[in-house]
Amino acid sequence: MNTRECDLAIIGGGPAGLAAAIKAWNLGIKSIILLDESEILGGVLPQCIHTGFGIHYFREDLTGPEFAARLIEMLKNTGVEVLCGTYVEHLSIESGGLKRIYGYRYGEALKMDSKAVIYAAGCRERSRFEAGILGDRPAGVYTAGEAQTLMDIYGILPGSEVVIIGSGDVGLIMARRFALEGADVKAVVEIMPYPGGLTRNIVQCLEDFGIQLYLSHGVTEIRGKNRVEAVRLAMVDEKRNPIKGTEFEIKCDTVILAVGLKPRSEILARAGAYIDEATGGPIVNDWLETSIPGVFAAGNVLVVNDLVDYAAEQGEWAAESAHKFLREGGLPRVDFKRVILGRNVRLIVPQLVSCLQDTTFYGRVLKPEENVLLRFEEADCSFRLPIVRPSEMFRFRIPSEKLSRIHGDKLTVNIIGA
Amino acid sequence: MRRPIHVAVIGAGIVGASIARVLSMFEDFEVDLLEREVDIGWGVSKANTGIIHAGYDDEPELYPLRAKLCVEGNKLWHKWTEELDIPIRWCGSLVLAFNNEEMKILKELYNRGVRNKVKELKIIGAEEIKTLEPNVSREAEAALWAPTAGQISPWDAVIALVENCVMNGVRLRLSTEVRGIKIEGGCVRGLETNRGFIEADFIINSSGLYADKIAEMAGLGGYRIKPRRGEYLIFDREAEPKVSRILFPTPTPISKGVVVTTTVDGNLMIGPSAQDLAEDQREERANTREGLDYVWESASKLVEKLPPKSRVIRFFAGLRPEPTGGDFIIRKYDEVFGLIDAAGMRSPGLTSAPAIAHMVLNILKSTLDADFKPKKCWNPYRRRIRRFSELTPEERSKLVKEEPRYGRIICIDKMVTEMEIIEAIRRGATTIDGVKFRTRACMGICQGSSCTHKIALIISRELKIPLWKVSIRGPGTEIGIGDVKSLFRRRKT
Repeated sequence: MNTRECDLAIIGGGPAGLAAAIKAWNLGIKSIILLDESEILGGVLPQCIHTGFGIHYFREDLTGPEFAARLIEMLKNTGVEVLCGTYVEHLSIESGGLKRIYGYRYGEALKMDSKAVIYAAGCRERSRFEAGILGDRPAGVYTAGEAQTLMDIYGILPGSEVVIIGSGDVGLIMARRFALEGADVKAVVEIMPYPGGLTRNIVQCLEDFGIQLYLSHGVTEIRGKNRVEAVRLAMVDEKRNPIKGTEFEIKCDTVILAVGLKPRSEILARAGAYIDEATGGPIVNDWLETSIPGVFAAGNVLVVNDLVDYAAEQGEWAAESAHKFLREGGLPRVDFKRVILGRNVRLIVPQLVSCLQDTTFYGRVLKPEENVLLRFEEADCSFRLPIVRPSEMFRFRIPSEKLSRIHGDKLTVNIIGA
Repeated sequence: MRRPIHVAVIGAGIVGASIARVLSMFEDFEVDLLEREVDIGWGVSKANTGIIHAGYDDEPELYPLRAKLCVEGNKLWHKWTEELDIPIRWCGSLVLAFNNEEMKILKELYNRGVRNKVKELKIIGAEEIKTLEPNVSREAEAALWAPTAGQISPWDAVIALVENCVMNGVRLRLSTEVRGIKIEGGCVRGLETNRGFIEADFIINSSGLYADKIAEMAGLGGYRIKPRRGEYLIFDREAEPKVSRILFPTPTPISKGVVVTTTVDGNLMIGPSAQDLAEDQREERANTREGLDYVWESASKLVEKLPPKSRVIRFFAGLRPEPTGGDFIIRKYDEVFGLIDAAGMRSPGLTSAPAIAHMVLNILKSTLDADFKPKKCWNPYRRRIRRFSELTPEERSKLVKEEPRYGRIICIDKMVTEMEIIEAIRRGATTIDGVKFRTRACMGICQGSSCTHKIALIISRELKIPLWKVSIRGPGTEIGIGDVKSLFRRRKT
């Protein structure tokens, strides 16, 4: 087994990994290897043929393939070595802090030593079993991403009468995607009392196509012997339990599951990185460095983003940090302040702050509220927000002057009435 | 040499495959193994707990066949798993007692086990339980320790048996459904099927949930098969704590109860529930809230701790064929020469299967009053598909150099390579589930959502079928309905 060597290994060639690779090269790191599981770069972007990508990052409204193509074009002008079709099995930390990566690709058992790693492996979709959807287990049940791959990578139509479970953006986009191919999208079902996706998608994907949205409804059962024949729905109470007597059935041949995404952080966890239960991704400091020095995380493995622009931004951020790490032989070891999830805050990234630099925070709320203040208490810094929703990430940049005001060991983030 | 005896075995499940294997040892038989599904082992055999029981459960007075064949089957599985390279863990089982009432049942089980000639049985106290299984509930006061129990994966066994059968000359006929039995002059002549007539001198009825219906086709039977549903939950392989032994509660008259065990793949599994269904519900395999809640609560009592519910990656349900009377039905009939039942294979059917096969052979022997001639070239061995994930790094490195397609990992969770999938197809997989049960692809956390299409691409390429026509488990379960514009075209015409 030959050992490959590099200064920076980037695992994952989606938007975060690509942006990281380009940025790292431009900052002057000249020995970079980018590994990607798929045969084509871009992560999930090539199958996202709708628009809505790049409004912040490229200041243009692009489709997924266009967004990916731009990054791939930029990558071609660098000397980054790309290894597609590479499965990473294992990441371990050797003496002297060297990162060793084991993996496989066509004809090669890969062993690679790197001084720094940016981990950008993205997220995965939750299955019907994780979502606890009962009933039969027939064919015709797909995750949204699976259906999207079939339609927009392979040109296959999964079915003709569709019920979509989950009204997050992925579910909404797929509702429209099926409608555009002439399928009868019979319903989008959401267990929460409010939609899970962006307002623009509710309008453009459901209302414009006359697709019915059932809020506060859950799937009690999938029925079907060989292929899906029907789903049974019921209204749910505040605890998400079905209410007796409200059950009804919708005939369909296809069920699309858009029931949440989970960071694929298992390899990081096995390597020893601490995982945040709120995000499902690694705990990072304001260099996006995990608890393993020199291992950084970016994109949906760090936190499930709702805009690709954020994933790319995190990729660049991680690249800057990796550059600093390599140049200075490590990052400052300071007493990081812990970020505390306060009132109506479900998650926040980064979870640790040095207060030495301007820092961007990404977060999500637990429940929708109007006319609120987002407060970074110990930094005495607040932002007025007309509305917050669980589906819409908030992103704020706090200057270092404000962060340096923090005296204790924590920074509490609260959402309070304005 | 005299004309070979045609035997048609109905059902390529664990029992049918075991019978076919035993018959394939002799020159006297020509064996057809019939299966209505597109692949083997997809009925009762696919969804059960996969335990090779020690044999103390079955009362010899009430259920003589179960009592006898379970212990014999257990012994035979030692040999068969070795010959056929079937993964098995001889981990032993513990029946846990939590109060005096249950202590009494333990003693009954112990005595019954001794009568059934189960070896090495022992009643042990709390201390010893802890050393055998640290995760047992602290409330457990005593246990029946049966070190001869084992854990396998039932579909591994069916696949291994059928591959070995085919190697030894058995004709496997898939997608073949029996429609009628032809009888002339009180003798079996053959089977009417959806694929035409199949001649047979003997018909072995090992058709699982439908055995009574098949017997009725010959105007025989007089027993009914009722489906009993059992639901299960499986945890992520990395979810802790696991158990290293098979844990049972004390049994009730109808069931051995909800078991906590670790599968041969290293996933903690709990189940089954036991719900009697109506006779016409032989395809009812839905998961229910009540069933899964019952499994969870029952399993929780046996162990100190279960992993959190969020670590459940799959639930499923299987049906057990409960026969009238409760005992296995293994018999010939005076009315019709040539029909032999091997029916009602509820638990311990899997354990007993090899012994059932030998019993059927003996029925044939006594019926024909003949000694059969062993094949000289009979091959007892079969190797399973080499699993990349089970090799050492050095072995993997070498293998990838020899065959580059071992480097392409298709199922990420289970680290299943393209080459293993190709091998599964070469050995008879034609569907996603066929590949899944032969390689374990799709059995990880994502349950196939990220690799189904990659497997479909390989099947499509290898078997030269359009991608959208690749199915999950046969006709009616295709992954698509056509190309992405097919609905528009359909509407125009």
